[in-house]
Amino acid sequence: MSLDELYRRVIMDHYQKPRNRGRIEEGSVTVDLNNPTCGDRISIQMHVDEGKIREAKFLGEGCSISMASASMMTEAVKDLTLEEALHLVDLFSKMVQGEEVDPDEFPLEDIEALQGISKFPARIKCATLAWKALEKGVKEAADQG
Amino acid sequence: MNRYAKDFPILNQVVNGHPLVYLDSSATSQKPIQVIEAVEEYYKKDNSNVHRGVHTLGTRATEDYEGAREKVRRFIHAASPKEIIFTRGTTSAINLVAISYARTHLSEGDEILLSPSEHHSNLIPWQQVAKVTGARLKYFPLEPDGTLDPAKAEVMITERTKLVAIAQVSNVLGTIFPLKELARMVHRHDGILMVDGAQSVPHMKVDVQDLDCDFLAFSGHKMLGPTGIGVLYGKERLLEQMEPVEFGGEMIDHVDLYESTWKELPWKFEGGTPVIAGAVGLGAAIDYLEEIGMAEVERHDRRLAAYALERLEQVEGLEVYGPREDRIGLVTFNIRGIHPHDVATVLDSEGIAVRAGHHCCQPLMRWLDVSATARASFHIYNDEDDIDRLVKAVQKAKEFFGDVLG
Repeated sequence: MSLDELYRRVIMDHYQKPRNRGRIEEGSVTVDLNNPTCGDRISIQMHVDEGKIREAKFLGEGCSISMASASMMTEAVKDLTLEEALHLVDLFSKMVQGEEVDPDEFPLEDIEALQGISKFPARIKCATLAWKALEKGVKEAADQG
Repeated sequence: MNRYAKDFPILNQVVNGHPLVYLDSSATSQKPIQVIEAVEEYYKKDNSNVHRGVHTLGTRATEDYEGAREKVRRFIHAASPKEIIFTRGTTSAINLVAISYARTHLSEGDEILLSPSEHHSNLIPWQQVAKVTGARLKYFPLEPDGTLDPAKAEVMITERTKLVAIAQVSNVLGTIFPLKELARMVHRHDGILMVDGAQSVPHMKVDVQDLDCDFLAFSGHKMLGPTGIGVLYGKERLLEQMEPVEFGGEMIDHVDLYESTWKELPWKFEGGTPVIAGAVGLGAAIDYLEEIGMAEVERHDRRLAAYALERLEQVEGLEVYGPREDRIGLVTFNIRGIHPHDVATVLDSEGIAVRAGHHCCQPLMRWLDVSATARASFHIYNDEDDIDRLVKAVQKAKEFFGDVLG
């Protein structure tokens, strides 16, 4: 395993310059999640309108992997339907666990950089935290209709 | 490699292309071949259930199990083997006191005093006791370096204080807390002292009669023994007042259709078939530690903590937590601007195992104003070379993230 495989430039770029970091004021679904084993915390907010995620933002504290992954996630889900977002969660989870996935399916090319996580099993939970929050948020949004 | 390391087969391996440096003994220690073989021999030759049956193996297994209890008694200098209860570990030992003693002896208006540095396992059981009994939790103030000023503790301990629960050694700060003084203070007001010995018993001589603590909990797996076995020491007078919390086989005296009575101490607290092989392994670990001598173990683990502190403090951009003196067994730190997970991943790529996270001490993380830390912790098989490798790898982590973060 090589560190460069894990800490790709694009990941460190998202870590240093997180996209969509902040809060959405109105009409949003909020999900707070912890990774109880390590203390990472994330709070995501989504504005869902007519079954589509119009905007997603996050706040949180954690390692480079968890924060970069959150940043990418908020970019990737923009304008996806709830169903598409759930599919993306599934795809992402498969990729970081080392399963073969079609990179063209990701709406954001950067996400593919996180593929290296699969060689660092101890860090998979860091990468998936934001996506678990997304999954929870999407289900809540779907319940609210 | 120091002269004890050769007894630990697991240490003789290459991890990610480098010889393993194991610096996570506060989470769990490694096991010497003597312990591994003792457990293996037990299963090969003596395995049987204890305290029942007339056959020879049953007698041998009982002697092995009770022999381990006697070793534990001697090791912590308890007055009687009745005061040694085998548990699953520190957590279940503390919970036994919380459920069986505290829930029945505390009520509204009483106070439980804790340190904000407690491990979750010596914190949450008391939160639950407080909820059920109406007793109040209060926290000693810590000094900026993570030590406790006995004078400040004394002011807080009053006739309302029914229980003080505190670790002898903090698993994050390495602080050694002044327990003898706390015992005197709390006893003056007829309260009791519950000691979490998970990080002290493996590294120093702990004499329960000298400390005059009322309860002491510790785990086998942090003191070179197997997982799944731990100990609750309690003063006989207190254990006698307590009801069992697990009922079933092994712990009964007489069973009727509607009523039953319990065995005497310590067995009334050991319902079900106990962790016999674990107790045997713990006994072998005690033999191993006593062969070295706990005074020597303590000198060694203090020396390494002091050396690691000195070396890490010289690294620019490093923050080290806890007292500068009088600490044992571990050093907790952060590299400014780099999350400890990322640090630990770089260290792992160099074959160095450290812990990164909140160390089951979320309130203490808030007290330190960090979300997580990295921790290097030591035992008898570590030496200065291991720490030199740690420092080198920490430098590498700094450089690596300096480069990728630009």
